[in-house]
Amino acid sequence: MSEVIKIKRGLDIQLAGKADNVFGQAELPDLYAVKPTDFHGLVPKMAAKVGDKVKAGTVLFFDKYRPEIKFVSPVSGELAMVNRGERRKILEVVVKADGSDDKEQFGAANPADLSKEQIVEKLQAAGLWPFIRKRPYDVIANANETPKAFFISGFDSAPLAPDMDFVLSGQESALQAGIEVIKRLCDNVHVGVPNSAASKAFRNLQGVTVHSFEGPHPAGNVGVQIHHTLPINKGEVVWVTQPQELIAIGKLFSEGVYDANRIVVLAGSEVEKKGYYRTKVGASIAPLVKDNVKTDDKLRYVSGNVLTGTQVDADGYLGAYHSQVTVIPEGDYYEFMGWAMPGLGKFSASRSFFSWMCKKKEYRLDANMHGGLRSFVVSGQYDQVLPMDILPEFLFRAILVEDIDKMEQLGIYELAEEDVALCEFVCTSKQPLQATLRKGIDLMIKELS
Amino acid sequence: MKALRNLFDNIKPHVQKGAKFEKLHSTYDALETLFFVPNTTNKNGVHLRDAVDLKRTMAIVVMALVPALLFGIWNTGYQHFLALGQDASFWEMIGHGALKVLPIVIVSYGVGLGIEFMFAQIRGHEVQEGFLVSGMLIPLVLPVDIPLWMVAVATAFAVVIGKEVFGGTGMNIWNPALVARAFLFFAYPSMMSGDKVWVSGLAKGEGVVDGFSGATALGDAASGNMAKFAEGGAFDLWHSFVGMIPGSIGETSTLAILIGAIILIYTGIGSWKIMASVFAGGYVMGLLFNLWGANELMQVDALHHLLLGGFAFGAVFMATDPVSATRTEKGKWIYGFLIGFLAVMVRVFNPAYPEGVMLAILLMNTFAPLIDHYVVQGNIKRRLKRAKVAA
Repeated sequence: MSEVIKIKRGLDIQLAGKADNVFGQAELPDLYAVKPTDFHGLVPKMAAKVGDKVKAGTVLFFDKYRPEIKFVSPVSGELAMVNRGERRKILEVVVKADGSDDKEQFGAANPADLSKEQIVEKLQAAGLWPFIRKRPYDVIANANETPKAFFISGFDSAPLAPDMDFVLSGQESALQAGIEVIKRLCDNVHVGVPNSAASKAFRNLQGVTVHSFEGPHPAGNVGVQIHHTLPINKGEVVWVTQPQELIAIGKLFSEGVYDANRIVVLAGSEVEKKGYYRTKVGASIAPLVKDNVKTDDKLRYVSGNVLTGTQVDADGYLGAYHSQVTVIPEGDYYEFMGWAMPGLGKFSASRSFFSWMCKKKEYRLDANMHGGLRSFVVSGQYDQVLPMDILPEFLFRAILVEDIDKMEQLGIYELAEEDVALCEFVCTSKQPLQATLRKGIDLMIKELS
Repeated sequence: MKALRNLFDNIKPHVQKGAKFEKLHSTYDALETLFFVPNTTNKNGVHLRDAVDLKRTMAIVVMALVPALLFGIWNTGYQHFLALGQDASFWEMIGHGALKVLPIVIVSYGVGLGIEFMFAQIRGHEVQEGFLVSGMLIPLVLPVDIPLWMVAVATAFAVVIGKEVFGGTGMNIWNPALVARAFLFFAYPSMMSGDKVWVSGLAKGEGVVDGFSGATALGDAASGNMAKFAEGGAFDLWHSFVGMIPGSIGETSTLAILIGAIILIYTGIGSWKIMASVFAGGYVMGLLFNLWGANELMQVDALHHLLLGGFAFGAVFMATDPVSATRTEKGKWIYGFLIGFLAVMVRVFNPAYPEGVMLAILLMNTFAPLIDHYVVQGNIKRRLKRAKVAA
């Protein structure tokens, strides 16, 4: 057993609405969408037309600048519509399922018999390559680069996040199959597990290095785990993937098909029947939340967790990388003298509300901003929730003045949006820090490529 | 509440972009957000936000200043009647103090907020809350007999030159309240020093009972008058701690300031690192001077130094202003220590005016970015070293 890495700084938001470890029953939806906006920096080019028949694994669109990176349909059916936004930007490519289970056949193979190139080719052909992302930048991996390691976080510490032990139980062999595949891409595979849980699925894996972590969120973020084990220096690359994606990768080789199945957790204070549901990548969340939410308030549906997820409609679609749907109150109300009130029911990392006097176990929180955008005033807040040897405020200032050298020196290679989400949460000045970081990353990509 | 909300909703269309009173949008916005936390929700990024905002933060600092203000009001009355040699009830003292102090507070807020609103209007920004604290700090660091027009001029100078020229709240280099005080200190030294200005009425030459001196403790020490510092004297440890001594309105009572410090530290709004290191710095310098002991000021007990003058007030409320202080955690230790160290040093060596907290803080405000620079460089070097070790 390896040494336990203790994460001291961070914050667990005591959000109401945690799901129990039970499976809920819901029908699979008719509509599925692949959203190019889920993939940073992607310029999609359509490969199929509206009305085309597709199978699970049929290419819908590809990356204009890297055509080998393809994005495929999760189900068999018909390409129903392409929803576009401003300047005809493609937002959602929607497939209507026909109920049959037709799958493109990619052929089963033993990864040990294939070369690295053949494995890459197979993953790309089957549309699984986008699930391998790289640090720095948190974008789809570049097959021409040689990563120094492959890293998988075996748990999610975000508010109301799924319990990976529960999600993965019974899928241990599929997980190992996935490991066998990525070991052919990079032999140095690391897995982060929580010290507090059994994590049998991960601890029993063969041929990987296991690291135990202890502490509050963001201990489960892969970026934090990498920082504490094999920090990324200039010029280095680490590839990452998530457990359920790893299973899909394993199944491509063991069964020869694109497996879009996902187990997602449905959580949040406004959900009636919280729990885990079996669905697919890009599925409409409508069957999950219809008649399953409290209706007296305006609600916010989030694909993903409340810190990093994407806001979707009640009939919106699950994001490509998400295994969680959260429903919280919208909170678009005016609060009379809210800043001056004792604030007994309010959640704050500071002790500036009297809620510290009667600590609640769980808070029903909404999406209200609780204030307006201000300049950076309070110092030292971000450091409290970013467990890395990084000075976040100085990095953000470097990004705002577009100082590439400083951004590099101050550690932008080690950060993804999810790592600074808590900084954004606690920020007194309500700064949009995740967007700022992404702006910096985009600038780095543009200037250094 | 409902009626007020309706009133705001009715006015809103008239101050939106393109409407007739578009120019008043900042003012409207400031008033609306004062009464109602806005209904804006998060769009991108996090869906939840911490309940704390800048208004709350500033309101808590103002709350932390209230004990010092209340004590200052009482002490103004107490010193006044002490000077006259008259007996007065508690409420007479409060009444006299309030009449003297509250006008200064009102002028400071009126002038400062007026200018802030004007600048926000011109820039088309929201009004930021920084001045809520500065407006309270300025009166508390002034002598009570200061003419109100001077308060107005100094506040205007502090807000315009100390803050707005740099871009407003969050951008200033120096603590605006200290800029106001420094302006008065250099422009009207006769109203900011000596032994006439600290007790209300003295400057106008109202009668003084025999043996009363309006000099501050440090003033007495500088002129070699050490008798009062002994046990039982007017400036002994206890009196200095509680604050029944002449001085700027809010600075005399270390006790009241400590209550504020506890509020700031407990809520996490004031940096305990800065406060602790300022006191440590002052204590170390005081000890060094004790060893040297060349004149009376040097012989003032190191602990006593921390209770006198504006030391505690500066440490708790001025040095901790996050905008003008260092912003790195390591930097805060260095910054605070040097403030305390320099404050006592300037205090002892300054021949004209035996106090140095203001100058020490302003000086370290100036150097705060430099301290941060070295801390940041340290971080960068660590990262580079890591790369070399790995390679």
